[in-house]
Amino acid sequence: MIEPKILTLPLTDEVIAKLRAGDRVLITGTIYTARDAAHARLVKALDAGQDLPFPLQGQIIYFVGPTPARPGQIIGAAGPTTSYRMDAYSPRLLEKGLKGMIGKGPRSQSVKDAMVKHKAVYLAATGGAAALLSKRIKSAEVIAYEELGPEAIRKLEVEKFPAIVINDIHGGDLYESARSKYALKSDYF
Amino acid sequence: MRTIKASEITEAVKKLCIEAAYFLNQEMMTAFKKAQESEESPISKAIFGELIENAEIAKTEMIPYCQDTGFAVFFIELGQGVRIEDGLLTDAINEGVRQGYKEGYLRNSICDPFTRKNTGDNTPAIIHLDLVEGDKIKIVFDAKGGGSENMSRVTMLKPSDGIEGIKRFVIQRCLEAGGNPCPPIVVGVGIGGTFETAAILAKKALLKPLEQENEEPVLAQLEQDLLTEINKTGHGAQGLGGRNFCLSVKVIRHPCHIASLPVAVNIDCHAHRHKETIL
Repeated sequence: MIEPKILTLPLTDEVIAKLRAGDRVLITGTIYTARDAAHARLVKALDAGQDLPFPLQGQIIYFVGPTPARPGQIIGAAGPTTSYRMDAYSPRLLEKGLKGMIGKGPRSQSVKDAMVKHKAVYLAATGGAAALLSKRIKSAEVIAYEELGPEAIRKLEVEKFPAIVINDIHGGDLYESARSKYALKSDYF
Repeated sequence: MRTIKASEITEAVKKLCIEAAYFLNQEMMTAFKKAQESEESPISKAIFGELIENAEIAKTEMIPYCQDTGFAVFFIELGQGVRIEDGLLTDAINEGVRQGYKEGYLRNSICDPFTRKNTGDNTPAIIHLDLVEGDKIKIVFDAKGGGSENMSRVTMLKPSDGIEGIKRFVIQRCLEAGGNPCPPIVVGVGIGGTFETAAILAKKALLKPLEQENEEPVLAQLEQDLLTEINKTGHGAQGLGGRNFCLSVKVIRHPCHIASLPVAVNIDCHAHRHKETIL
């Protein structure tokens, strides 16, 4: 396999334009966590014309709800959750300047269209490899919606966090292209 | 009559919850290694390596294998010669879950379906109870992840749909699930009974040992056929393309109504976590 690309945050339009579906990357910098309940609140805040707890412009959201950290640990297990549940909210956040999302599993057409339009990328981390991924998180701080527990928004500093580009701004979709390479003829589909 | 204290059940449940989150069963490690060797896709091959490493980190550094430490599902076989002292069985199990998830630093993932407010202690557990002969209690614990549960389905086929209809439904479901349920997946299929029986049997099928061949030749064949066809989708590990999308298919059947052919497919992710004990 080709060596992964190093991605130092924040993501610029220039860097995003060079990313292609299938590229393996190692991400270093600040990212924010949000999953179902936090997304609902972010969009509700936007609807009400309120400020968000962190600036979306140029940022990456990681869809994750970690386990509680043991004493002395930075964070517990922290792998991605399934992304399609955020499909209802993501276009709204992309419109406001969000540049990347990390999750797992395919996205809806409206999210893919919004990514092309607003020049943003969707990346996947290995779902379920949560102990392994937690080792690449160097600091974690709850910055909003603490009462949501595992669903609170956390600011994370990550170092060489491994991910793979699924959707790029050129219309590439790794889930579609990768499967077709290995699919065999079946009477059932 | 043998007496078992409710507190003994609580203690056993607590231990099962913690062990399931940190120590992946050997059968999964064996399956990962086998898939890693045979896999043609470089991405899927690398992912199998990551999963093996992840399981080792989980065990040695005490970080849960997956952040989704699951819905606490129990299959209890309660011997009719057992009398439970100092409390109710349900309360004892829920207390074990409460303590296990807290002391094990596991995630509380259960909430109200409308308000989405977290119950705060991963209860209530889902408990399936069977009364059996004897004076023991067998406790089987399944830490069921939400992502793969979301990809599961129940359907009521027509008797005329037959085995081909069953195959079509199960294979189509896995095809559509794709990368969502964290493949490599394990698939449990429940056939027959009523609407709810099929679903419970599908979950029970997931708990069978992976290498155990079905004792009924017709079901052993069905399991093999389903596995072959599901892997033809090419989804591979994580849906990123490859030959090893599904590691195992297990089927349980039950007599059904002359009008019906219920079928349930319960998908599990590679964090295939179940532990059991006998008191």
